Amino acid sequence: MTAPTTAPPVSPPGERPPGIAHRLAERGIDRVLLLLVPGVVFVVVLFAYPVLYGLQLSFQPEEGGGPFANYERFFGDPYLRDTIWITLRLAVPAALFNVLASIPIAYRMRGAFRGKRVLTTILVVPITLGTVLTAQGLISYLGPAGWFNKILIGIGLTDEPVRLVNNYWGVLFSLIITGFPFAFLLTLSYLSGIDPTLEQAAATLGADRRRRFRHITFPLLAPGLAITFCLTFVLAFSVFPSAYLVGLPQGETRVISIVAYESAFRDTDYPLGSAIAMVMALVMLVVVGLVLVWRSTMYRGATGGKG
Amino acid sequence: MSVSTEGGAFAELRLDRVRRAFGEHVALRDLELTIKGGEFVALLGPSGCGKSTALNCLAGLLPLSGGQILMDGRRIDTLPPEKRGFGMVFQNYALFPHMSVRRNVAFGLAMRGVARAERIRRVDEVLRLVQLTEHADKFPAQLSGGQQQRVAIARAIVLEPWLVLMDEPLSNLDASLRLEMRNEIRRLHQSLGLTTVYVTHDQEEALALADRLVVLRDGVVQQVGSPEQVYAHPANRYVAGFMGYRNMIPATVSEVDGDLVAVDVGEVTLRGISRDRITENSAVAAIRPSDVSVADREGENTLRGQVEIVEYHGREQAVQARLPGGVPLHVRTRSRLAPGDSVLFHLPPERLLVFGEHS
Repeated sequence: MTAPTTAPPVSPPGERPPGIAHRLAERGIDRVLLLLVPGVVFVVVLFAYPVLYGLQLSFQPEEGGGPFANYERFFGDPYLRDTIWITLRLAVPAALFNVLASIPIAYRMRGAFRGKRVLTTILVVPITLGTVLTAQGLISYLGPAGWFNKILIGIGLTDEPVRLVNNYWGVLFSLIITGFPFAFLLTLSYLSGIDPTLEQAAATLGADRRRRFRHITFPLLAPGLAITFCLTFVLAFSVFPSAYLVGLPQGETRVISIVAYESAFRDTDYPLGSAIAMVMALVMLVVVGLVLVWRSTMYRGATGGKG
Repeated sequence: MSVSTEGGAFAELRLDRVRRAFGEHVALRDLELTIKGGEFVALLGPSGCGKSTALNCLAGLLPLSGGQILMDGRRIDTLPPEKRGFGMVFQNYALFPHMSVRRNVAFGLAMRGVARAERIRRVDEVLRLVQLTEHADKFPAQLSGGQQQRVAIARAIVLEPWLVLMDEPLSNLDASLRLEMRNEIRRLHQSLGLTTVYVTHDQEEALALADRLVVLRDGVVQQVGSPEQVYAHPANRYVAGFMGYRNMIPATVSEVDGDLVAVDVGEVTLRGISRDRITENSAVAAIRPSDVSVADREGENTLRGQVEIVEYHGREQAVQARLPGGVPLHVRTRSRLAPGDSVLFHLPPERLLVFGEHS
């Protein structure tokens, strides 16, 4: 037992109160914060400033007519306005396909098995190819004189070559090839985070393979799938080179980034180009926002066995 | 809760030369075991002895490499886990983190298509049994370790399964909670009579809970018997070591007379018991630290040793002494000893077990 009643006062005479550096450190303000500086500089210089600059530029139309003239022009002209729909029609199916296709493959590949590294490498290599190489491959494989059509004609399935490049399909294939590795890697890591004994427990409780997936794995994986969808969607929505190379840039793959580019750099109307870029960002935000709202209704805690 | 099990209790479950290999490594070698309905069997051994492999084979989570499992003569090792109707309690509990306690416990009933009203009734009943009624709507992450463990047990037993499999269910709990849950498991087994196979590396847990023990080593059964049999008459030196025979004194056999054996340790002759008709010349004399006592004068079965380490354990002291040959001797005694003392120890012949060195 320590001596009672003679406890010293909170700040005894002769003992100085702690210095300001000490008090700041207790609130988490110390030199370690300097590590954040490069990140903050990066965000301000390369993100915040360009966005704000573009935003104010978009409100200063070249031909006058009030601050919203560029936006009125975009939404008033079907030629410009329809690019939103054209881009969504490419980006949503591509992102959906990538997420859905990565589930069974990642599901099969989450355990350890022989040749896993080789298979993962094969699945992920397209990341390194770049759009141009992918486009070249698509043209030589799926083009009118490509192997695919030669085979189709050779076995007599068709007389005319099937058009799979320089149209909607070419761009969709390109988006899938470049987007799938991201979706797969993300899904694999989310899936690996789910304790496999949870499925074993469900099995001993009488759930067959299908119901184990439906009641256990899928609900735990879904928040991760939502994030995966958002990322691959954003990648696909800003599609630009492949829309030119394997698409029909003046027709069915006239995506929103093409009209933004043409306004700014062909017609040198920077304010209109900026306005279109802002619309593009807004559409992405809306889609991502909707998905995140849906995600917030799901269980998002730990996915280990101990809960 | 009704005592009858859903599919009707079984009379016996027979493991017939059950074998499991992982590549070259044989984790379980020709396990022969018959489990009777209502029995509590513990598989005991250190990690890597094959006990968890055996449990996973029973549950259907691992396919067998050989042999078969028969329930009342009907083969079940070919059935997938969801068709076996066994309940399993996992070492890490494996509770579904996205479901409330109630939904976790109801999961198995829902999978079997039990009607909603019946489901609610049975879940309530089993939650009352494991004293978790007030936590029914919480999520696993909001529960303590012991509560999570009880949910895991409730989830397994609510189906009133033919067989409950428990894989080291207490190993993640702290010492006092482990004792409490051990009582709980024993109580549940006594009141429900569910046939249970329990895997553990803790011999105290196995002795306290089981009707029958199966001691495993490197995938091979060492001994099967009641707690009393295994504790008092370990079949070989390995089982003896596991059952608290901490002292293993190398010795040479000098005389065999039925169960009674005389062995030489240095200059001294010790008398002891050997049950397996010792044939080897070199042997070990095994005795528990608590069976060694301090003698006041030379006599039969006494050895002199130098006290090296003394630990205070309340009523007793745990003493480590060194015998002349350099062999350590562990002793638990009420006598007060100090390091450096030269002490005469008595090893009662009826407590001294002699095993062949390679038994």
